[in-house]
Amino acid sequence: MDVMIFVKALIYIVLAPFIGGLLAGVDRIFSARMQGRQGPPLFQPFYDVFKLLNKQTTVVNSIQVLFVTGYLIMTIFTGALFFGGGDMLLVFFALSMSEVMMVMAAFSTNGPYSIMGAQRELLQMMCYEPMTLLVAIGFYYANGSFMVNDLIQAEVPAIVQIPGFFIGFVFILIIKLRKSPFDLSTSHHMHQEMVKGLTTDLSGGNLALTEIAEWYDLVLMMGIVGMFFITSNPISRVWAIIAISVVFFLETLIDNLFPRVKYITMLKVTWSVILIFAGTNLLILNVLK
Amino acid sequence: MKISKSPWVLHYDGSSCNGCDIEVLATMTPLYDVERFGIINTGNPKHADVLLLTGGVNAQTAPVIRQLYNMMPDPKVVVACGICACDGGIFKECYNILGGADKVVPVDVYVPGCAVRPEALIEGVVKAVGILEEKRKKLKESMKAGYCTVDYSKIAIHTTADDYDPSNQYDAVLTEEALRQQAEEKIKASAKPAPKPAAAVAPKAPAANAAAPAQAPTAAPAADNTKKGENA
Repeated sequence: MDVMIFVKALIYIVLAPFIGGLLAGVDRIFSARMQGRQGPPLFQPFYDVFKLLNKQTTVVNSIQVLFVTGYLIMTIFTGALFFGGGDMLLVFFALSMSEVMMVMAAFSTNGPYSIMGAQRELLQMMCYEPMTLLVAIGFYYANGSFMVNDLIQAEVPAIVQIPGFFIGFVFILIIKLRKSPFDLSTSHHMHQEMVKGLTTDLSGGNLALTEIAEWYDLVLMMGIVGMFFITSNPISRVWAIIAISVVFFLETLIDNLFPRVKYITMLKVTWSVILIFAGTNLLILNVLK
Repeated sequence: MKISKSPWVLHYDGSSCNGCDIEVLATMTPLYDVERFGIINTGNPKHADVLLLTGGVNAQTAPVIRQLYNMMPDPKVVVACGICACDGGIFKECYNILGGADKVVPVDVYVPGCAVRPEALIEGVVKAVGILEEKRKKLKESMKAGYCTVDYSKIAIHTTADDYDPSNQYDAVLTEEALRQQAEEKIKASAKPAPKPAAAVAPKAPAANAAAPAQAPTAAPAADNTKKGENA
């Protein structure tokens, strides 16, 4: 049984960058098509990372490299924990740790754009952290366990009991995947008011590591979306993949539909959505049980 | 896989009439869509591979162009867009115009036109990307010869406050040649044996008629720097 955990984690560590990179490429093509353009090749994210790895790396200070590497390692650890079948609570705590690493990397550079990006990233974390914790709690209410290994053996899919949590989670995914209405900390498309936010002062290999970490993160997030649909029945995995595709397409659509908002709007909107959907759902679950 | 598949572009307007700038932006519209080639318009010199310059250079924009060039990580190429950036154009005789972009940074590709056509611009960038590939090979060679790129960044880290002189900080253009000279001096200054001069295949610096490229403030030996730092 222990061996299976390591095998699953290893499969994630090996395959996630490829799947994440492909998803990022699909995202860019979808975006381009929505804007009436042809768009880049499917493998463009891989070309980008390859180029970045082959460029000179200028570092502002050496601690920055440590934090960026820490961000990558923590993200991989988080994903491996989730796909290995670990504790949902621990997954989300490790996830915020990886975000903190990225924020520290940006703060350490002392550049104005990086610091502005880091501060906005902290605000974003304030917006989505309650929801990530609520998701773990929701799964516990639905299936009586925090362990992913137990959750995937459920009789009925979690979405039946906690649809409100699903809506809330898809909503905060906009923030987590750095999509347009809420991409305050790093402009999803370059050349905007804060240059590139968090990653402004990263170059070459460091930027490549950040990109790879974001691919890992993307796969992890899509995995959590799939968790809402997976049961002990193998056919449920097909439903999970369909749900992931729909959610991913929806995120791209939202990215292209809405302009960026101010942080205060983001805070109000996200917390309202969380309170209305997840809060009500939690209340109903409490009354019924 | 080729490095030339994702050239990220940094666009800077040194006193242009904005005709060329509008054409640069036009290349990103659905009609021309340069993202087909993986080209992204970044606003960040630290992410950029290609520096697009429009308009003639004047005394105020020259230090900015030098700074942008120096901030871009190697390998990098410069494309002069429009006749003004190539040699000054109709503004050449103006009292405040220094001339084309090649007065301050080494230019790799000249794209003439007034204003430059988007098609010509795209072709210019694609040509520049070919040069980028060559430069990467040269960079690898120079890394093999011992002038590792990491050395450059270490120079930047160990710069003391005394090395920073606001009056001349952007006078030097850190071409590959200049950086190699700095690295060589550094290696000579330290007690370690100098690397084997595989310099028979020493890559030529791209047509640098820049002003005094080698005289960077960091050229002083490391020992001197620390002494100065203590005095201050």
